[in-house]
Amino acid sequence: MDYNWQPLLLSLKLSLITTLLLFVIGVPIAYFLSKSKSSMKPLWESLISLPLVLPPSVLGFYLLLAFSPNSFLGKFLKEHFDLSLVFSFEGLVIASVIYSLPFMVHPVQSGFQSLPDSLKEAAYTLGISPFNTFIRILIPNIRPSLLSGIVLSFAHTIGEFGVVLMIGGSIPGVTRVASIAIYEEVDSMQYDVAGFYAKVLVLASFTILFLLFLVNKKYKGKII
Amino acid sequence: MYKIQVVKELHSSEGKMVLDVDISVKQGTFTSIVGKSGAGKTTILKMLAGLVKPDKGSIHSGEEIWFDSDTRKNKIPQERSIGFVFQDFALFPNMSVLENLKCVQSEKDEKQIQELLSLTGLTGLAVCRPDALSGGQKQRLAIARALVRKPKLLILDEPFSAIDQDTRIRLQQEILKIHLLYNLTTILVSHDLTEVLRLSDYVIEIRNGKILKQGNTDLFFSNEGKTDQFRMTGQVVNLFLRE
Repeated sequence: MDYNWQPLLLSLKLSLITTLLLFVIGVPIAYFLSKSKSSMKPLWESLISLPLVLPPSVLGFYLLLAFSPNSFLGKFLKEHFDLSLVFSFEGLVIASVIYSLPFMVHPVQSGFQSLPDSLKEAAYTLGISPFNTFIRILIPNIRPSLLSGIVLSFAHTIGEFGVVLMIGGSIPGVTRVASIAIYEEVDSMQYDVAGFYAKVLVLASFTILFLLFLVNKKYKGKII
Repeated sequence: MYKIQVVKELHSSEGKMVLDVDISVKQGTFTSIVGKSGAGKTTILKMLAGLVKPDKGSIHSGEEIWFDSDTRKNKIPQERSIGFVFQDFALFPNMSVLENLKCVQSEKDEKQIQELLSLTGLTGLAVCRPDALSGGQKQRLAIARALVRKPKLLILDEPFSAIDQDTRIRLQQEILKIHLLYNLTTILVSHDLTEVLRLSDYVIEIRNGKILKQGNTDLFFSNEGKTDQFRMTGQVVNLFLRE
């Protein structure tokens, strides 16, 4: 059996970086959407939710066009940052962040919407700054929604296939993540290698999810 | 003296309504605002606290200007010396009773926290989360928390609505005690006229965003001062003494 850990580690790395970036980007977006009364809100919500309904290959195709060296963005990134996003790990990360954005934003937005306005208002009248109110009061009280966002984003990124294939192809050590490796091994009739990758992926995903839910349960126990 | 001269267009289920009031509240008094739901009572409190911005007008706290539409001055809630007790208490669920009080302090003062816990009878519950408290205990915590910053003005937005009758009467006594002890100016929004009569020095009735009637409590509830909306019948058998 000719296998190595590289695709698995790459998948894990991609999922962790994507989830971390989504947390940083997605939570403020979710808060903004939960509070927005703008007439533009449906437009923002539709754009963020688009990856839920689009076939991954369609999203991948447009991202491929956007990242290509001939596009405005591709040229700009190459000239100013010497960065080429097509067939690179950085490109995969950006594509994954866009692809999994609704999986972070939706649960967190629901979490913020479920909090009564009086919580924020009380904090303000008590002299607590908007930033501290957000970090110390709002965020800790939507912990289950945050956990859902993290778990869904992580799971969605680890299972990504279409977008990754379109943007990254299958360059070993750079863009050949586990899902691509499994597909290629099955294609070349190497079922035992594909099975190995699949088993490790299932086990790793289960362990991470189990630990996250365990931590959440302990936290909940402390509250009550 | 607090002077609130504000105009704001409100949108309710019954359509548009213009809230247009001119209210003066004397230092150290207990003033109640009464009126039907949707009359604009809570909006007045929120404008006073800086949580809602009036369309026009001004809000003064003594010589201090909190809001002035002409000069575009609008002090943020954090800079206004107020304690606000919300109808749903708005306690922070992720914090214990003690932490709910401590998080408000800009500088550590353990003595003040212990004093407030003792005043509100929550000393034995300091490590509990708000979820574990009864309605009355939650209300006491909300009041204690509102007092941490030593505000000059205490705002109470229907604070007794979610509490049973017996506890309500006890809490009313406690609030009156705190009002006098800390020399506060207190503004209460309430539906309960018995409660208003028990606690207030001055009563303001709001209807459809306008002041229908106002006056000292005795006059407000007297026959000369009655309106078609509020008419007291029966007899008050007990009034609390003020020291």
